[in-house]
Amino acid sequence: MSLYKQLTDKPWERKGILGGLNPEGAFESPPERVALGFFLVIASVIFSLLGVSYVIRMSLPDWEPLADPSQLWLNTGLLFISSVLFQWARNTAKAGKQKNLITAFVGGGVFALLFIMGQMLTWDSLQEAGYLVTSNPANSFFYLLTGLHIAHLLGGLWVWSKASIRLLSGSKPEDMSLSIELCTLYWHFLLIIWLVMFAILSNT
Amino acid sequence: MAYVPLADQDSEMEMHHPHSWVTKYVWSQDHKVIAIQYGGLAIAVGVVALVLSLLMRMQLGFPETFDLIDPSSYYQSVTMHGMIMVVYMLTALLLGGFGNYLIPLMCGARDMVFPFLNMLSVWVYALSVIILMASFFVDGGPTGGGWTLYPPQTAMAGTPGHDMGIVLMLLSLAVFIVAFTMGGLNYVTTILQYRCRGLTMMRLPLTVWGIFIATILGLFAFPALLVSAIMMLFDMLLGTSFFMPAVIESGTPLDHNGGSPILFQHLFWFFGHPEVYIVALPAFGLVSDVLSTHARKNIFGYRMMVWAIIAIGGLSFIVWAHHMYVSGMNPYFGFFFATTTLIIAVPTALKVYNWVLTLWEGDIRLNAPMYFAIGFIFTFIHGGLTGLFLGNVVIDLPLSDTYFVVAHFHMVMGVSPVLVIFAALYHWYPKVTGRMFHEGMAKAHFWCTFLGTYAIYLPMHYLGFLGVPRRYYAMGSTDFIPETAQDLNVTITYAALFVGAAQLLFFINIFWSLRNGEKSGPNPWGSASLEWQTPDTPPVHGNWGDELPTVYRWAYDYSVPGAHEDFIPQNVPESVEPTADEQHFDPSHDTSKADV
Repeated sequence: MSLYKQLTDKPWERKGILGGLNPEGAFESPPERVALGFFLVIASVIFSLLGVSYVIRMSLPDWEPLADPSQLWLNTGLLFISSVLFQWARNTAKAGKQKNLITAFVGGGVFALLFIMGQMLTWDSLQEAGYLVTSNPANSFFYLLTGLHIAHLLGGLWVWSKASIRLLSGSKPEDMSLSIELCTLYWHFLLIIWLVMFAILSNT
Repeated sequence: MAYVPLADQDSEMEMHHPHSWVTKYVWSQDHKVIAIQYGGLAIAVGVVALVLSLLMRMQLGFPETFDLIDPSSYYQSVTMHGMIMVVYMLTALLLGGFGNYLIPLMCGARDMVFPFLNMLSVWVYALSVIILMASFFVDGGPTGGGWTLYPPQTAMAGTPGHDMGIVLMLLSLAVFIVAFTMGGLNYVTTILQYRCRGLTMMRLPLTVWGIFIATILGLFAFPALLVSAIMMLFDMLLGTSFFMPAVIESGTPLDHNGGSPILFQHLFWFFGHPEVYIVALPAFGLVSDVLSTHARKNIFGYRMMVWAIIAIGGLSFIVWAHHMYVSGMNPYFGFFFATTTLIIAVPTALKVYNWVLTLWEGDIRLNAPMYFAIGFIFTFIHGGLTGLFLGNVVIDLPLSDTYFVVAHFHMVMGVSPVLVIFAALYHWYPKVTGRMFHEGMAKAHFWCTFLGTYAIYLPMHYLGFLGVPRRYYAMGSTDFIPETAQDLNVTITYAALFVGAAQLLFFINIFWSLRNGEKSGPNPWGSASLEWQTPDTPPVHGNWGDELPTVYRWAYDYSVPGAHEDFIPQNVPESVEPTADEQHFDPSHDTSKADV
């Protein structure tokens, strides 16, 4: 039954066990995926509000554009590889194959760790160049946004590490399929968030 | 496709089955225990906030009498009272308390989807309360910048708690939001994915609808508070200038430059207005179910009630700037927000009409929960109508900083939800404890609270018309305010002390009845919704015994002609209900045969 039909249903008239109304749930999806969907919207709201704040703050007279740190391109590449590896792991697990699954999944997380290290090196080099968190509002936003993005990645890495342990201790691909799929979804989401952030930060 | 309830899987039950006293009562993953932990803690901090409000009233009623209350502690009391009541008491009690207890029971589930996350949620909430309470004991005390925490004022030396107090407040809010998010993800996912067989979304009791939409509002609105808290912490701890403008403090320029305090206000109220409905919508749901049960009538206009909840939820995101009319906004901007504010009154009024029409010709049973529920309709109408005044820019401007606003929001989102909370606590007390409360004491509690709160807030509207400013520690010599205003202040203070003391009746009642109350039986109110149909009262771990319930009807089959009792519970099949002739049921509408 479509959402519209559900919401226009007259419950006082219809009695009995209603068939076709997805008694398993509103979505044909495991609850974990539904919860992650909600979480992605929440995270999107957080980053969107920061984006709006960035634009509003930009319009004030003391704004100076951010010095474009070239390392960010390298870091972007690392996160992109991480996402590709996760996708590879997802496809492998979905096909029920064992081969390369561990390499792809564990590798995906390792590249995310490399991305985080890269971001921290960028912070270091910015600070050495005299761009401190208080130097100007664009820098403040840079540290805040990248920091929050890293915090989200760390949350993902916690889940990834638990899944990796299960995988390394011999869980079957079909048992791991959902975990791997959700990690992949989360990584793609954080890649998109990063790409949008990067585009805004380097063009304003 | 064979239906296999997710909550029924063996691994699921094994995973969180309590094995010791500690896992049963402390680190419990049972939604009912978590609900009581949430509720108990929320009520405890609510009492702290109540005491703070009484301190404020003593100062206002009898200025220069109590050494205990100086300007700093007055502002700290104002701030902490507001923040605790709105976030740590109302939100936590309505969603963490009632949400946790009722969602799985009303959905026919064994527990929440993620019981471990649920447990984490309540303990992280406890951590946020500890951080908040710690601010009472740090140098400078808690923040006194008002519950809206507007910068730059909160960060300036003249404001009490401008160093550690505000930092702890922001930290505590951030931690609270983490707790809420963990709980909230559980509530929405459980409602969407864990309903038992036959329980369609449109068969859910309105309580679940209210909590569902309020949780979604919370999940999408609290990020605004999180973002503003983090940015403000950056400003205060790292010296950035997101919100802090160039400002001179006691002759010394501060290091900040160019930040936008108005940006903070937008972010704060983007959270702050939906927050009103995060509190109101669960209350709307709870009161609908209490009214319907005790009026022995189906809720009037169920579908409209659901749509109104959804509409209010959606609209609540586009009205936030009506809290900021005095911040100097573009008149067109103000016009837009005044319009949306008045539009949101439409679904809200619809709900009020439907509550009244539910009572119309009902077989009303004036039990204590019903007293509180009907009392709510009064206070909500009064609080709501003054909201229409304040929603208009031209009327809001002169009234904005007066007691009229204090009276308005206390009626609409203070007294009203609290009356619903009492209605709900009394209504579900027999299910939670298996005992009845003392009816006479509960009714005495109602009259003291209902009449007492009117004695507090009705005169405040007049103080507002007189121009008595809110937030002031003392009036000083203010020519335009007549001296008689102080007489009102004294009266209000007496009423406040009386209402505060009257709450003892509630506490005595619920604790006394735990041991001495009559055994309630499983369903003392004759309620049709699922939580009253559990095999055990109070429900045991897993809620439903061997088999999950199956739902055959909506939750409001009351006063059904020909029924053995005057109601038919949701899990009673059609075969045992009266025939169509007996209940004048129009068979042309009966589509059930095709659906079974």
